[in-house]
Amino acid sequence: MILELLIIVTAVKIYFIPLYRSTDFEVHRNWLAVTNNLTIDQWYHDTTSKWTLDYPPFFAWLELALSYIAKMFDPAMVKIENLDYASEMTVLFQRLSVIILDFVYMYGAFRCARFISRGNLLVFLILITNPGLIMVDHIHFQYNGFLFGVLFLSMANLFENNCVYAAFWFAMLLNLKHIFLYMAPVYVVYLLRAYCFTVSSKDGVHTPWYSFSVVNLIKLAATVLFVFGLSFGPFINQLPQVFARLFPFKRGLSHAYWAPNFWAFYNFADKILQHLCLKFGIPVVTQEASMTGGLVQEYQHAVLPTITPATTFVLTAVSMMPALVKLWHLGADTKYRSLSFARCLTLCSTCAFMFGWHVHEKAILMILIPLSYLSVLGKMDARFYTFMSVVGHYSLFPLLYPKKLLQIKIFLLLTHLCIVFYYLPILYEPKTKLSRKSAFLLVPRLTALQILYLCGLIGLCFYENVLHIFLGLDKTLPFLPLMITSVYCALGVFYFWVQSLDPTDWKFENKNVTARKELLIQFRDSAFY
Amino acid sequence: MSKRTDPDKFIVTKYVLYPGLLLALLVRCCVAAYPYSGRGAPPMFGDFEAQRHWQEVTVHTPARDWYRNTTHNDLQYWGLDYPPLSAYHSLLLGLVADWLEPESVRLFASRGYESETHETFMRWTVFLSDLYFYVTAVLCICIHMERVTSKSELSVFKRTDVSTVICLLYPGIILIDHGHFQYNCVSLGLFLWATFFIVAIENDIMATIFFVLALNYKQMELYHALPFFFYLLRKCFITVTNESSMAHLIYRFTKLAIAVIGTFSAVWYPLVHSWDDVLQILHRLFPIKRGVFEDKVSNVWCSANVFVKLKHVYNNEEMVRMCVMSTLVACMPSCLDLFFRINRKKFVLCLINVSLAFFLFSYQVHEKSILLVAIPVTIYLPDDPFTSLWFLLLSTFSMLPLLLKDGLLLPLLCTSSIYLSFYSIALHLSGLETNIFSVLSANTVYEAAKTKSYNHVVMKLFSTMFFFSLQGMILLGLGSLLVKPPPQYPDLFPLLISMYSCLHFIFFLIYFTYCQLQLPMCLPVQLKVKKN
Repeated sequence: MILELLIIVTAVKIYFIPLYRSTDFEVHRNWLAVTNNLTIDQWYHDTTSKWTLDYPPFFAWLELALSYIAKMFDPAMVKIENLDYASEMTVLFQRLSVIILDFVYMYGAFRCARFISRGNLLVFLILITNPGLIMVDHIHFQYNGFLFGVLFLSMANLFENNCVYAAFWFAMLLNLKHIFLYMAPVYVVYLLRAYCFTVSSKDGVHTPWYSFSVVNLIKLAATVLFVFGLSFGPFINQLPQVFARLFPFKRGLSHAYWAPNFWAFYNFADKILQHLCLKFGIPVVTQEASMTGGLVQEYQHAVLPTITPATTFVLTAVSMMPALVKLWHLGADTKYRSLSFARCLTLCSTCAFMFGWHVHEKAILMILIPLSYLSVLGKMDARFYTFMSVVGHYSLFPLLYPKKLLQIKIFLLLTHLCIVFYYLPILYEPKTKLSRKSAFLLVPRLTALQILYLCGLIGLCFYENVLHIFLGLDKTLPFLPLMITSVYCALGVFYFWVQSLDPTDWKFENKNVTARKELLIQFRDSAFY
Repeated sequence: MSKRTDPDKFIVTKYVLYPGLLLALLVRCCVAAYPYSGRGAPPMFGDFEAQRHWQEVTVHTPARDWYRNTTHNDLQYWGLDYPPLSAYHSLLLGLVADWLEPESVRLFASRGYESETHETFMRWTVFLSDLYFYVTAVLCICIHMERVTSKSELSVFKRTDVSTVICLLYPGIILIDHGHFQYNCVSLGLFLWATFFIVAIENDIMATIFFVLALNYKQMELYHALPFFFYLLRKCFITVTNESSMAHLIYRFTKLAIAVIGTFSAVWYPLVHSWDDVLQILHRLFPIKRGVFEDKVSNVWCSANVFVKLKHVYNNEEMVRMCVMSTLVACMPSCLDLFFRINRKKFVLCLINVSLAFFLFSYQVHEKSILLVAIPVTIYLPDDPFTSLWFLLLSTFSMLPLLLKDGLLLPLLCTSSIYLSFYSIALHLSGLETNIFSVLSANTVYEAAKTKSYNHVVMKLFSTMFFFSLQGMILLGLGSLLVKPPPQYPDLFPLLISMYSCLHFIFFLIYFTYCQLQLPMCLPVQLKVKKN
């Protein structure tokens, strides 16, 4: 069964080879050329192309390795001066490299799915058919699947209690793409509590300090330092330059298309206030380059105070705090720590997404993928995922703007939603009920408000693609649909964030937990076949 | 994967329908993203341009002139050569196009018109037509199939969800309609509705009407006319005890005749004002001077042409006569059997046999006409999954030269592998111990299908033949991709492919005729829905 599913998913990805690709394609081609032609000390200095290398060293090494294979396909591909070069062979090679590296993701998903006794095939299916990942990786062009694969490897090791390996893989991941730094606090807290403190307690309140194992701490530290040393060692002389490339704070609070997070509200409020001020004749500083105009640059809010990077970091850290504290307590109990870890990972990604500096809309995958893994582990999480799978993936739609792709986007999403909306409820509901009632009505188990909100998305999609053009607004207000989409989706993500923070849900004594306990116990002893 | 250790089985099995259906639609969207035939190839372009041109003509000229060479309608440039219903469909789409993007259907000025938005519009029209006519018909037939099968005989291939998805994922029609660009789904959908009314509802009048509509969408539906004719005629003879048999016969026959004539006149009325018009349209529909076949078709004449240059030996009239005779001979066994030993189960088989005989022997055959055979086979698949799969793969393969010309190699490979994978998943769902190679074993497939069983030697023979047939397809496919043919034979590989497919089709004709003759006679009575 697994093999067939893999073939189907891979075949669907292969369809996209000659289709639309974004500038990220050229970015990665340029990196191939840079790593292949220049010596290491020039990698982070080269500015031939405007798409400079801004991923951590391990990813650059990966590109170097790929570039040797690329030469076999088309030697012209790895010439630095060949900007915007996209011969047929180049496209084929680049696309195939993503498709093949995606098998790491599938393997990682498989490893993690094995821990679940009931619903392992389902969670595997949900993970590999993730439409967001397919859209971002195989149409837009990026290597996220591979990175999430490494994350899953790390998580799998963690669930197996191989904490050192988990730390190793996570350190690797950080050196492949540094956006996963947002997940690092979770790892730190978890490893500290579950690995460095060798004694676990049932109540989760008392932490026996005497059980602190320095040896374990040293093991972890050595592993992490080793990986980082390997990665940044060759660049020791030019660290400031490397870091300047990795963390470009010049880029502004929001991306060209506002990611659906807290700052989308903030920007939106600013826009509204600006208009109101103009209407009532209050002078405001107006700026030509609008935030939705597509240019990446620093932006001053017109009315509201301008946000600095420091503010976003403080907000992110503060919002993560409760979840991390909870994890510290729950991490004490061997039974609950794995689940708590996965949930905390999701929550912290959500916080980072909500408040982070210059968040891309693609970063929503960091919420969706861990959440989809959780979806088979508890009713609550399943409900969250059914909700978020619609909102989150819809918010990725503007990424692929050509009208031609609309049909593909819609049906990719619908296929995934079908799997989620039909199979997830069957996992939790007794079989008998389904035959009588229509499964569709049973499933979502969402509240009326949530369903109304999701129906709004259909309306939004209709407005964006049909009504907006018929009203003739696409000439005068071309970015209005983008703004509405981002604000509307932000509403959904915000709702999810507030809901998932609900303290009663996390409480130890809650009766929800007892239901979840049964599911958790099956967490370890399982067979995939 | 055994039953006990796979607790997910019930989850992924009972409800394959919706995800599978959407997967089938997704595959259609993905194929539609590829360029259509004749894109950017002046002066004649391809089938896409033909459809666009018909919209242009039907929107801007009066209905009477559609099939005539006038100052506004140059028949040399993709003149309308499909029956009226096709023209109405074009008119409808043309009006929408005129409203959305008038430049795309401007008379004369729009020749070779290519724009992104217009292409998207055209692709959507195929998609929606497919959804409206074809998908619904398949769904109804498959639901019916499960309803009338008793629980003991209910194999995995007869379950609604599995059979629907397997049927909808058939690569041939997806690639031709959504990749190459045609509206076969409309005529085939109407034809399937007619079949549905015969097989499931026993409403002969509706069946007749739908079949006439299908025939009026594409004249190629004539391939299916004989089974409908013989089956419905034979049903007129079935006597009911308390009535006088002669009166009953006349009554039933008149009803059918009225349905046929009524539908025909309703469809043709707006176009026809004199006999001359009818003859003109018929002349457009059946152009005898176009020759016995075009390009390389996997039928008998094209294969025979390798040894004897038919065009030099016979002129067109003689050729037509020969074609008619041989076609009739080839489909007689099946038709007569259907007439004298009527059985509802034979109907679909007869459709396969007759259309296959037409494909192999008749005049003016296109390689795309194999779809007319393949669609009844997809319906027959639950009864004989192994041979049907073989046939369906081969029929897709026989269109390889066409698809290569259109640049649809990648979609062909992907769609076929998705199809095979889903088929393999279906085998898993049967609960047998299967792996991905079980598709190749006739024994396993028939066991899963719970239908007939041949003896062991035949099964082994079938499996071996299927295996080597697949090998042959792969080798020929690789050959036409990688090997450069010698300069004196530029068409070497298309010809080899068509001869290879032709041999298979002759074998399938014999096999399916044998299957049909095996079935006993059984008067059609109202089927009972089995209570499960």
